Amino acid sequence: MNIVVLVKQVPDTNSERRLTDSDHTLDRASADVVLDEINERAVEEALRLQEAHGGEVTVVTMGPDSATDALRKALSMGADKAVHLSDAALHGSDAVQTARALAKVIGTVEGVDLVLAGNEATDGRMGAVPAMVAEVLGLPALTHARKVEVDGSTVRVERETDEGVAFVEAALPALVSVGEKINEPRYPSFKGIMAAKKKPVTTLGLADAGIDAAEVGLANAATTVVEAAPKPPRSGGQKVEDAGDGGVRIAEFLAAQKLI
Amino acid sequence: MSAAAPERTTARAGDLLDVDRALGDEERLIAETVRRFVGEHVLPEIEGWYERGVFPRELVPELGRLGVLGMHLTGHGCAGASAVGYGVACRELEAADSGLRSFVSVQGSLAMFPIWRYGSEEQKRRWLPGMAAGELVGCFGLTEPDSGSDPASMRTSARRDGRDWVLNGRKMWITNGGLADVAVVWARTDDGVRGFLVPRGTPGFTTRDIHRKMSMRASVTSELVLDDVRLPEDAVLPGVVGMRGPLSCLDEARFGIVWGVVGAARTCFETALSYARTREQFGRPIAGFQLTQQKLVDMAVELNKAALLAHHLGQLKDAGALTPEQISFGKLNNVREALRIARTARTVLGANGISSEYPVMRHANNLESVLTYEGTNEVHTLVLGHALTGLRAFQ
Repeated sequence: MNIVVLVKQVPDTNSERRLTDSDHTLDRASADVVLDEINERAVEEALRLQEAHGGEVTVVTMGPDSATDALRKALSMGADKAVHLSDAALHGSDAVQTARALAKVIGTVEGVDLVLAGNEATDGRMGAVPAMVAEVLGLPALTHARKVEVDGSTVRVERETDEGVAFVEAALPALVSVGEKINEPRYPSFKGIMAAKKKPVTTLGLADAGIDAAEVGLANAATTVVEAAPKPPRSGGQKVEDAGDGGVRIAEFLAAQKLI
Repeated sequence: MSAAAPERTTARAGDLLDVDRALGDEERLIAETVRRFVGEHVLPEIEGWYERGVFPRELVPELGRLGVLGMHLTGHGCAGASAVGYGVACRELEAADSGLRSFVSVQGSLAMFPIWRYGSEEQKRRWLPGMAAGELVGCFGLTEPDSGSDPASMRTSARRDGRDWVLNGRKMWITNGGLADVAVVWARTDDGVRGFLVPRGTPGFTTRDIHRKMSMRASVTSELVLDDVRLPEDAVLPGVVGMRGPLSCLDEARFGIVWGVVGAARTCFETALSYARTREQFGRPIAGFQLTQQKLVDMAVELNKAALLAHHLGQLKDAGALTPEQISFGKLNNVREALRIARTARTVLGANGISSEYPVMRHANNLESVLTYEGTNEVHTLVLGHALTGLRAFQ
């Protein structure tokens, strides 16, 4: 079973993250960048499926040259090969453009049975790209998976939402996006790290992937960030005087926030 | 920050010279991976292990899965990393605790290395894959109760009896001794010093752990007792005769120490810096006082010099050009300065410096062992004295 995992390099959530002043796109230079944690889980799930069913795991990313590091991390964990879509014209692409571009890149990988992705990246937090990619490719989309099983040509997923868990299935090929609870990703082993440098990484420009430059990039995007403001500093919060009913009022507050 | 901001720096408070910029992609990923591993598996527990005097045996297979054990060796399940890669792994391990790095040094450089370098194919097949995987533990028996800096004076002997070997003697201060499935024991023979592979459970071979330690408490240190231990002919390492054997192993391990202590010193420095910035006396952070700044700057300067030295020796080793005298240089300087940094950091923390709430005193205590083992400060000084003058102050 051949699996493509969509991965993304994002600013480390431990570092200060910001948008550039000039065009409100992500400021990649001012933060340490890492392979998004949810993508590590997607890669882990792909490797577990590969261990059970065989086939090849290909990691795909769209991003600047530095995104090679994110691919290398995934290869060190055990993925077989990588495809990197990198072109200056992609700068500022929105979710729809990104999904179309990724769909083209997935099309360059032969015999794909399953596309895996994280359900939401920690930088933009759109959470839309996986379903959009499925739409463009005409694949069934099984999103927010906390468990994935493949049986012959069927993929079964436990889909977790705020309301509960849905048990859904689809015929392969399909796209699955995974949530935080899917697994604990492995550490890259040193043998894996040493082997990764010998694994094939294909770098594609727009033309190589058959993407029209007029359809991507900030100038052609359907959505644009027109203004951005930092989150206001935390206020003092809400004070509850205990008049004998403190416990009940705390419980009511937590229940209203859906925390209990 | 402007668009010309440097890419890919591991911006840490004390890395004034951006020393890690010289790392390759694999080495960077190795450092990151070990840092994450110790952050998740070691740092939450280390103070407790240290206070109770416990080595976390359960981590050994995890270290094996990671690929740390014998990582700089090739084949037989070893990762085949560069010397610099091995160095950064040692640095990140010892940033947590010198005992953990000592385990890895002994396993990879003192037990696996002699088997890999001097062992027969059969010995390599029998031991190396299990040791790389962390299923088997090794130790290295050279030092004796009355034979430390002068290892050639060892009393442990191996004599021929028919085709067998019979070993007698005692080895002391042996890291991993009580854990070891196999001991690499160096003994005098009629032909000179030779190495023997002594499996755990061989009749006449026993170990006793040394418990009353004020240093390296999260590490197993033992005595090996060899009382008419009968070994088959193929227990001897065929590839080396003479002191060159054990000394070459020590060069491997010392290289790891040169890097490792940079990690211990870094932890002490970072602890002192963060403490000094938040601790207030006379109404302001003590980091603003000139005497404290002097301490922080002296620590940072020595830390960066030690890191540079480790990188330089790593590059020499990867080029196959590293000499024993250069390793002495590195061990002498980096351990001495790491210990100074740990002690200075302790003073910055005041009374809190002696508490196990902070890692500083633990590192300082550990470094007292590192100062002595694998060649004392004094011996490395005299190795360099000989290199400079051509005159031997000992032997």
